[in-house]
Formats: sequence, C-alpha cells, structure tokens
Amino acid sequence: MAKKKFDLNDEVVVIIGSGAGGGTLGNELAQKGIDVIILEAGKRHEINDFENDEWPMFSKISWLDKRTTSGTWRVSKDFPNLPAWIVKAVGGSTVHWAGASLRFQEHEFKARTNYGEVKGANLIDWPITLNDLAPYYARAEDKMGTTGTNGIPRLPGNNNYKVLAAGAKKMGYKRFHTGNMSINSQSRDGRGACQQIGFCFQGCKSGAKWSTLYTEIPKGEKTGHLEVRSDAQALKIEHDASGKVTGVLYGDSKGNRHFQKAKVVCVAGNSIESPRLLLNSASTLFPNGLANSSGQVGKNYMRHMTGSVYATFENPVHMFRGTTMAGIVQDESRHDPKRGFVGGYEMETLSLGVPFMAAFLDPGTWGRDFSDAMDAYDNMAGMWLVGEDMPQEKNRITLHATEKDQFGLPIPNVEFSDHENDIAMRNHGFKQGKALYESIGAKRVIYTPPYPSTHNLGTNRMSAKASDGVVNKWGQTHDVKNLFVSDGSQFTSGAAENPTLTIVALAIRQAEYIAKGLNNKSI
Amino acid sequence: MNSPQQPKRRQFFKIASAGTVASASGTIPMLFMPNAALAEEVLGSDVFKTLTKIARDIFPHDRFEDDLYANAVGVYADQAKADAGLKKMLVDGVTEANQIATKKFGKAYAEVGTEKERLEVLNSMVKTPFFGKLRGDLVVSLYNQPAVWAKLGYQGPSADKGGYLHRGFDDQNWMEKI
Repeated sequence: MAKKKFDLNDEVVVIIGSGAGGGTLGNELAQKGIDVIILEAGKRHEINDFENDEWPMFSKISWLDKRTTSGTWRVSKDFPNLPAWIVKAVGGSTVHWAGASLRFQEHEFKARTNYGEVKGANLIDWPITLNDLAPYYARAEDKMGTTGTNGIPRLPGNNNYKVLAAGAKKMGYKRFHTGNMSINSQSRDGRGACQQIGFCFQGCKSGAKWSTLYTEIPKGEKTGHLEVRSDAQALKIEHDASGKVTGVLYGDSKGNRHFQKAKVVCVAGNSIESPRLLLNSASTLFPNGLANSSGQVGKNYMRHMTGSVYATFENPVHMFRGTTMAGIVQDESRHDPKRGFVGGYEMETLSLGVPFMAAFLDPGTWGRDFSDAMDAYDNMAGMWLVGEDMPQEKNRITLHATEKDQFGLPIPNVEFSDHENDIAMRNHGFKQGKALYESIGAKRVIYTPPYPSTHNLGTNRMSAKASDGVVNKWGQTHDVKNLFVSDGSQFTSGAAENPTLTIVALAIRQAEYIAKGLNNKSI
Repeated sequence: MNSPQQPKRRQFFKIASAGTVASASGTIPMLFMPNAALAEEVLGSDVFKTLTKIARDIFPHDRFEDDLYANAVGVYADQAKADAGLKKMLVDGVTEANQIATKKFGKAYAEVGTEKERLEVLNSMVKTPFFGKLRGDLVVSLYNQPAVWAKLGYQGPSADKGGYLHRGFDDQNWMEKI
C-alpha cells in the first residue's frame, strides 16, 4: 500500500522529530484519525542498514552537525564539538538507546518540595504527579514491551550482569535485577526475542529492542494518516499576527527550503535542537524566541549525573557478549540526604566494544597505564551511573554569536557545569561502584568521566507558573496554544531514571489532549 | 528508502571529534582505508617508521606485532597525500622528536634504546598539536582493527552469527563462587 503523502498546503499536525516523543505522538494521533506529518532531519535507515561496527554506525546515524560547548564540564575539554551523542535518523535516539525503561519515583515529580531549596539550583515541582502519569506509564510499558511488566519475563543475565549481581549481594544491596528493558525476552508484537547480539547502541538487528523506527512509525503509516518526511530539517516555525503558529519552514539535504502549513506544531527534536528551533523562530512578537516570554527556553539543561566504573578481574567476563545494558542496582536511587546530596542514582551495567572503550575509557590518556587497561579488556566488567542532576539556569542552549549551519542559521552552544550536588553524587557513585567490584576481587578499578550526553533534558520545561518554564502540564507552550513540546526538553527535573519511558508516557497523554482540543476547537 | 548496502571492507568514514582530537581546531578527521605501503611512500620511509615507533610508545602492547602499528599509521596515506598541511605536520613532528632525542640521548628517536627514554622525548611534546592529533587519531585507528580485537578477546560483529545467546553470553560462573 502506498504511503500517504500530504501537500504543503494541507493544514495538518506537524511534528518535528521522529524519536520516542515525536514518533509515538505521531502514531497515537494517526490512530485517532488525525492527519500528521513528522519532519525528520535525518535519513531513513532501516534494520538492514545497521552494522555491528561502532565507528561506522556512529558516523552513519549520529547527530554530527557542528555544535560548540562551554562551561566547566569535561566533555567541553575532551569533545568540544560533541556535547551529545544522539541520533539524526528516523527513529531518533530510539535507534541507538539501550532500552532501559524505568518509571520516575513519586518524590522526583516534586523535586523542590522534597529537596528543599538547593543553592544555585533552579528547582521547581512538576505540574503533574506520578498518579497523573501512572496510567500512561502502564500504556507505554505495554506498547514498548517492557520486561518486568505486563507479564513479560525479565531478560536472562549475561556475564557482565552476573558480576554486578555478585557484587551487589556482597554489598548488601537488595534491589538488583536484569532491568525493566524494552527488549523482547520472547516474541511479542510481531518482533522476535533478544539474541544477545551486543550491539544495542548500533541499532538492534533483531528488532527485539523497541524503536519507533520499526514500531510506531510503520503502525502510524498504515493508518493512512501519518507521513514521515525524512531529510527534512526544521528551520523556523512561523506564526500569524495573533500569535498562533501557522507552519514550519524546513530545508532538505539539497538545501532547498519548503514551508509546510500546520494547524498544530509539536517540537520533538531532543533538548538541543528543540530550544534552538524556538530561539531561531524569534520574531517581532516573540523577540526572545518563540514561546519564550519566560526567558527559560534553552535553560535548565540537564544531562544526568553520569560516569562509569570499569573493573578488571583475574578471570574473563566477555562483557561485550549480550545486551549493552544488562542489569541494574536500584538501592542508591532513593532520596537520602545523609549521603551528602539530594536525589539518587541508578547503577546500570554497561559494555563498550574495543573501539569505543579505547576512545572513552579515559579520554586523552596514553602510555602503559592506558594500554594495560585495554590489554585486560576481556576481563573487564562495567557499569554506568545515572543520577539526578540539578537544573541550573546557567546550564543552557544558546545560539552561537557568529557560527552558522549549512542553512545559514546560528548553531547551538551547549553550556554546562556540574553543581556541587552532582559532584558529591558522582563521587559517591564512583566509590560504591569501586567497592562493589572490589568485593568480588577486582584487580583494578577505573573511573570514567561522563560521555557526551546521551540523556539531554529540561530545556523547555514544564511549569505550573508561566514565568518558571515554557510549557504547561500538557506540554503545551504557555505562550502559544497550538504549539507543543513533545520530547525530553519538557522535563522539569531529571530524576534518577533513564528518560525514554517518561517521554513515551507523556506523548501518549499529550495525544489525548491534542485530539480533544482539536475536536472541541480549543486548540 | 534504504541506503545502499555497505561493502564488507571498511570504507572511509567520518569520525566526529569523539576521542580523536586534542587540538583546538575541532576538525572532523577523515580516516581512510589503512594503507601502510602508500603511507610509507607518501611520508618517506624514515618518517613512516618513526611514526610507527611513536605509535607503539603511545599505546604500548607488547603482544601486538609491528604490523598493527604500521596499519594504524597507514590511515594517513590518502590524507597526507591530499593534504600538504597534514603531511608537513607529521614530517615536522618527527623532525622535532628526532631533534629532542638527539639532544637528550645522541640518537634519532627510533634508535633510542629504552621505552623510558623515548617517553621522555614524547612527554616534552605532549602539548604540541602534532602529538595531540597523532594520539587522537591513533586511539581510533589502532583499536579499530579486527586483528587488534582478536588479540584483546573482542569478538566483533555477532548478528550474522546469531548473537551470543548460544555462544557464551552467560558462560562464566567464577563470580558466584567468591
């Protein structure tokens, strides 16, 4: 059946981005009979195009358009033009994510109330509660096939997990398992079971891992109400004299510009491009950027407290065999200020292949100290810490003063510096990770600094008061009724959990709200 | 729409600044097919051999044969041929290394007897754009070789072999006996 193609003059819902937010929203609306175009900046690579090869896939699907960085974060020193490792392709970062699908905890929706005033942090509460989101979390877990929910068995533990579990036991940890993963442990939803291929970050060649690329998008396309236009990079959102958005100007890979009319626009380009687009859409009516009367667009950029701990042992681990993220210890995700910081963190296994390990284990280092670690690669186990970092106004996406992209638009600068709380939390996580691995005989433990950010959040955040954020509890911008934000840039706080499940849950809920609003003409 | 099939052998690919650049320019290095023979031709035998020695000293693995380091440097073949500035940087960098080595130890870099001594030479060049570029490119080109993977126990692509579900993904039990 031929895929639906809309005309530029069709006033449809236009979604910018095809990832966890945009892809899900597009399908949910299409299922309700609403016409949608998804504009995706990247190309359409299918499972066939995935390669079990780290660097070639990195260059094939990563967002590599030039970005600059500033602030004291080490990423700015080691990778000055790579603040984030995210995907520029149909499916967005759901193509290369690890699959971790955790709900936020109740207290994390009320960060300001529970953590109190944290100096230098721009904490506020979400305008929604866990209760509000719970039914949508349930639908998201069912949609994505999350193990540990819906009667879906958890995945079996690989060697890397077995090391983590053995250490967790010695540490007296109680909450460890192979994770709530949106990776089929048995055939489900027309997709096969996990083959433990070990190249999750390079696109799942078995399709066991959920990605909008081969789930939401084809399902939406089948309704005849969804068109996905790839190679379509949104440049500017236009609005009329009354302040309602009217459509999206976008450029294709030949450099040609097109204007797609829209009755509603939903921005889901991840937390660097989404605020950038709003800032680049400034006008006389919106001199500081579209929907930016609060000045908060681009601000409060969060990337999670992260860091890795790798340990080498006397015996082989072959950690590369199997899922990249193969298990989790959740005990430290609680809020317990006695540890010296607010918020908590998850400890999740992680594995990298030799090529990436060499590049990211300890960027810039060389000599025997480094090569000895690489020599022990096959005896290495590893974990990644994911913790709640503090929103700070000064951590922000801004338009570069002089540098322009291929379309003549200012490129984004990503400024970030750790908050004291982030540092205290990371140090705690490093220590606990080391202790865990040493409890079962680790010979050497290496602390790895945060990678270019794979979790990018908060830059168009939800707020109850319009002056505190960019969108309301539906992801609808405070300033413009028919403009929405549908990705992780909505997040008011980062919580200790990986963001994808929450992005999907919010998108399902937002689709209901948009459909209702279109029906009763309030949007 | 699918993009064309990738041939099995490695084509040139763009690599963003991830782990490969310490220099301020932040350029995206292009790493072409490693071609040690061509690199030796383009750079000259002495320069090529010294770069190979420097490569081993930067990432010393005693069980790696010289070939692996020659291939790592070999990625400069096409690049140095096309880019006179790059060629000059590499040639001048080797010249400087030789000068420092001669001053300290009376020998050209590749002739200096011990790793410890050669490291003294490299340590004095650590802040140079030459060293930064070399280290940044080598961390990719050295460890991107299937022959290196085999030495380190990394088994590489697995989807075409059915993944690791039946090939030992959970075959270790020592951790449960501690």
